[in-house]
Amino acid sequence: MKVLVPVKRVIDYNVKVRVKADQTGVDLANVKMSMNPFDEIAVEEAVRLKEKGKATEIVAISIGPLQASETIRTALAMGADRGILVKTDGDVEPLAVAKILKAIVDAEQPGLVITGKQAIDDDSNQTGQMLAALLGWGQGTFAHKLDLESGSAKIEREIDGGLQTVEVKLPAVMTTDLRLNEPRYASLPNIMKAKKKPIEEKSPADYGVDVTPRLKVLKVAEPAKRGGGVKVKTVAELLDKLSEAGAI
Amino acid sequence: MASLVLAEHDNTHLSDATAKTVTAAAAVSMPVHILVAGANCGAVAEAAAKLAGVEKVLVADDALYAHMVAETMETLLLSVADKYDAVLAPATTNGKNILPRVAAKLDVPQISEILKVVSADTFERPIYAGNAIQTVQAPAGKKVITVRTTAFKAAAEGGSAAIEKIAAGNDPGTAKFAGEALSKSERPELTSARIVVSGGRGLGSAENFKLIEKVADRLHAAVGASRAAVDAGYVPNDYQVGQTGKVVAPDLYLAVGISGAIQHLAGMKDSKIIAAINKDEEAPIFQVADFGLVADLFQALPEMDQELAKRGR
Repeated sequence: MKVLVPVKRVIDYNVKVRVKADQTGVDLANVKMSMNPFDEIAVEEAVRLKEKGKATEIVAISIGPLQASETIRTALAMGADRGILVKTDGDVEPLAVAKILKAIVDAEQPGLVITGKQAIDDDSNQTGQMLAALLGWGQGTFAHKLDLESGSAKIEREIDGGLQTVEVKLPAVMTTDLRLNEPRYASLPNIMKAKKKPIEEKSPADYGVDVTPRLKVLKVAEPAKRGGGVKVKTVAELLDKLSEAGAI
Repeated sequence: MASLVLAEHDNTHLSDATAKTVTAAAAVSMPVHILVAGANCGAVAEAAAKLAGVEKVLVADDALYAHMVAETMETLLLSVADKYDAVLAPATTNGKNILPRVAAKLDVPQISEILKVVSADTFERPIYAGNAIQTVQAPAGKKVITVRTTAFKAAAEGGSAAIEKIAAGNDPGTAKFAGEALSKSERPELTSARIVVSGGRGLGSAENFKLIEKVADRLHAAVGASRAAVDAGYVPNDYQVGQTGKVVAPDLYLAVGISGAIQHLAGMKDSKIIAAINKDEEAPIFQVADFGLVADLFQALPEMDQELAKRGR
């Protein structure tokens, strides 16, 4: 079974983002970029499937600028077999990403697509579900655990009240939550090996997809700041203050 | 035209998230209709009909919708979407699971987790874990929106909407419910509790989390946790407060042994009052706390328990 893993290049999760003074977006200049952490979990899950003999080939896909090929290299170093870079300039909305991925799925015919539940830049949490809908496939979002069976998969999901299991027919789309696994660090030999793995370069036009954004971003602003308060010395004083404030 | 709100419920109770989404929907397009999809969910439909400002409640009562599986919900929502210029759902795990499928099939962008309706086509939403707020304008046509419920007041009761049964859609057969393990708790629900007491990695073990629970019970509070505490296995995943967990905005948020990572702050910084107990006086949580106590939680929590008992709590 072939597994597709879409990965996104985003501002590293340790970086404190800065809103640009002209409020057109956040400052991306000279900022460390990395693979979206949820997508790392997706790559890891795919590699584990391959190690268990359940996946035969892992294709990492990224839609973004030329530098997104570095993100694909990271996936290749973790254990993916080859990459597809769909080169774009500027932001691509989840629906357009899903349309490109659908075209790639049509060509590659994977048994499973695994991707992060959301990207930590736009926090949309849409792409996996949109892709599944466009394909008419089942989905297991916010995955906590995956059990592959023949022709179907049991996916345990993190939901508001606890955990839920769905059984989806394959092929299907799965989106990862935090506790699905702990991604590995690529070893130096694997990083070297990844340099020789092929990355195919494509454009959205190759898939007949218009990536012009549909939503117009009018402004990006800093959130309202919350001022720090006072320090108290004892538990009793803390409770007094909370009582005075009407909180308890 | 009108807007349609997908009701959040457990087939017995209508979640408060629905009433909050109704408030957002009313600002987008009037009148507001609610869709209740479930199994034996008559009581939910009746509760939905009582929300002020709701004109009609559509009910699809069928075994197919007992667990609101996304693939079946997509078909159902698409069967009624024609009549609405906006479809909204609370940004619960259900809403997030279902709505993007509907948006994709309608070929419109989804606007996720709105914080504010600026005008009928313009919305504020958080990006980068709430470290920036984006104002976006949707194109003409249908709008598909998930709503961050902590940002909206619940619609009051006092309405008497008509209830209309609608037929179940067909089952695409691509996915089915296969079980669930829900946390059982006598405590208030995390996202609607007036007081939340949360613990972090500082608690050190699942056993020690009982210290949090004791204090929470004295305050009739819900119990939350940081991602670190959940990852360490002290408490189940549904306790997690933060950007990728639950977003809460109670009257009082008491953070104990939580350093205050950006990820966590994103889930609680809209609380009315934040109090923090941490032994590290440099912990970032103190930068957002109204009241901070630098103390060892293993002394402070039992002391708080006794002090609350003394005060008759």
